[in-house]
Amino acid sequence: MEGTELAGKILSTWLTLVLGLILLPSAFGVSLGISEIYMKILVKTLEWATIRIEKGVPKESVKNSASVGIIQRDESPMEKGLSGLRGRDFELSDVFYFSKKGLEAIVEDEVTQRFSSEELVSWNLLTRTNINFQYISLRLTMVWVLGVIVRYCVLLPLRVTLAFIGISLLVMGTTLVGQLPDSSLKSWLSELVHLTCCRICVRSLSGTIHYHNKQYRPQKGGICVANHTSPIDVFILTTDGCYAMVGQVQGGLMGIIQRAIVKACPHVWFERSEMKDRHLVTKRLKEHIADRKKLPILIFPEGTCINNTSVMMFKKGSFEIGGTIHPVAIKYNPQFGDAFWNSSKYNMVSYLLRVMTSWAIVCDVWYLPPMTREEGEDAAQFANRVKSAIAVQGGLTELPWDGGLKRGKVKDAFREEQQKNYSNMIVGNGSLNSESN
Amino acid sequence: MGSRSSHAALIPDEDSLRRETGFSQASLLRLYHRFRALDTNKKGYLSRMDLQQIGALAVNPLGDRIIDSFFPDGSLQVDFPDFVRVLAHFRPADDEDAGLRDPREPEPLNSRMNKLRFAFQLYDLDRDGKISRHEMLQVLRLMVGVQVTEEQLESIAERTVQEADEDGDGAVSFLEFAKSLEKMDIEQKMSIRILK
Repeated sequence: MEGTELAGKILSTWLTLVLGLILLPSAFGVSLGISEIYMKILVKTLEWATIRIEKGVPKESVKNSASVGIIQRDESPMEKGLSGLRGRDFELSDVFYFSKKGLEAIVEDEVTQRFSSEELVSWNLLTRTNINFQYISLRLTMVWVLGVIVRYCVLLPLRVTLAFIGISLLVMGTTLVGQLPDSSLKSWLSELVHLTCCRICVRSLSGTIHYHNKQYRPQKGGICVANHTSPIDVFILTTDGCYAMVGQVQGGLMGIIQRAIVKACPHVWFERSEMKDRHLVTKRLKEHIADRKKLPILIFPEGTCINNTSVMMFKKGSFEIGGTIHPVAIKYNPQFGDAFWNSSKYNMVSYLLRVMTSWAIVCDVWYLPPMTREEGEDAAQFANRVKSAIAVQGGLTELPWDGGLKRGKVKDAFREEQQKNYSNMIVGNGSLNSESN
Repeated sequence: MGSRSSHAALIPDEDSLRRETGFSQASLLRLYHRFRALDTNKKGYLSRMDLQQIGALAVNPLGDRIIDSFFPDGSLQVDFPDFVRVLAHFRPADDEDAGLRDPREPEPLNSRMNKLRFAFQLYDLDRDGKISRHEMLQVLRLMVGVQVTEEQLESIAERTVQEADEDGDGAVSFLEFAKSLEKMDIEQKMSIRILK
């Protein structure tokens, strides 16, 4: 008897604490400063750990920064690599250039490394990021053990509870709001529900987000584009403003959430069959942004999750709709927790567990000034322009490759471009050397 | 998941591999990690598919030929030692190599002759020791795609074979190939320096 009473008391105190310290402040968008204290302690601990590791390890075995490539690259264009002026003839040695480039790609290529988590410069006391950091001292190991206990026994249950509450509130809240007739009250309530629940969900990940340039926050009737690292991106952005999401109708829990939130505010969900019809998709999105009262659409033009060190090709479909594009750059700090979802390695549940047992999710969000397509610029060029802006702001490298490479083979069009370049060199503008003799 | 040990003991026959290829221990370790990263299903060897997944290689006009050089004699798998042996051809020449080499030991994999042999076998598909006009044409076609007409390509191939062919047999042997490139700075064109 006493056992269950005790358990009941603990549960109710626990829930009251959670309600008072987390849920209510989220509803009002206020912070009590508990997370800040946690973060300060965390930063101090990690700094201490870094110093200990550097003292304990001889200099040679410390890895260089992961951003420097492992081979010396000669990035000069094909003309220089083939050591010739335009219109020179084919030589037997031309094959060297291509074979060297090919073998360089085998040793190190820009794309494959983007689909695995970023390497850390110094260990952050999580087993999963331990690459070659050996045993240093007893104190460090004790701190690590303490970290494990804190993360798995204190933080994980708290976070799971919060996430559960957050999702349930979202589903229930939006279903309730959906019952109301369309009016400004409904929109206001739906925004309130969305914001509150996303804030709760972000707290469930111990998320610390810094927003920059809030004056450029996406406006109604616009399209918001951002680089994609994980499904959490959606929560990160929605904490500071409401968006209309675009996506495919899914089954299971996601489907329930989708059906609930679309009652409260007009998100755009497509059936699988509709997604293949590009005209239909474009038409529906155009209709959405034409209505000035509707929320800005949120799109991730890369189409897949990248590891947050680079930005890959933006698919031009999103840029053909027209309207104003509001770019947003999101950069996570990997020291506190890796947010990248490696979908080929982890499914959604194990990914969420990993995120919830990290220290925290810390990220910066930059809002960029709105952009529109200029005269004489086609959708692909416009997409590249926006991509560059986001890459520069977030400090990410720009890659021309398609993120879909991790699943399929590359398009022949890229190879044809190289072949065209080479042909122009050896054949010139349709005249061979022998003819000019 | 979990930790990757930095110990070179992971690599089988590390010492003999190091002597044979001339790579430093650190480079060998880097290449081993790269091999493991490319080996998507953790099979312990690489197949053609694994190499074809590399975007930058797939768009290379000679991509397929380069992949072929890892799979001689119709084999379907390449293990780590063979992988490294091919890459060793592109190791920059060390300055100490030149004078101190024991003439009884086999030539280092990254010697000038061996680099030329690597390039030669990109042309010589049937491995008969000669590059025929037909083989020259095939390589040219790979490099230009559909951009150049058959006649133009044939005249280029004809001219190149004629220039290099000394004994008049209508094909380029390895020695003729090496002779026509004797003035070329092979070292700079066919070397990849691993930084760490």
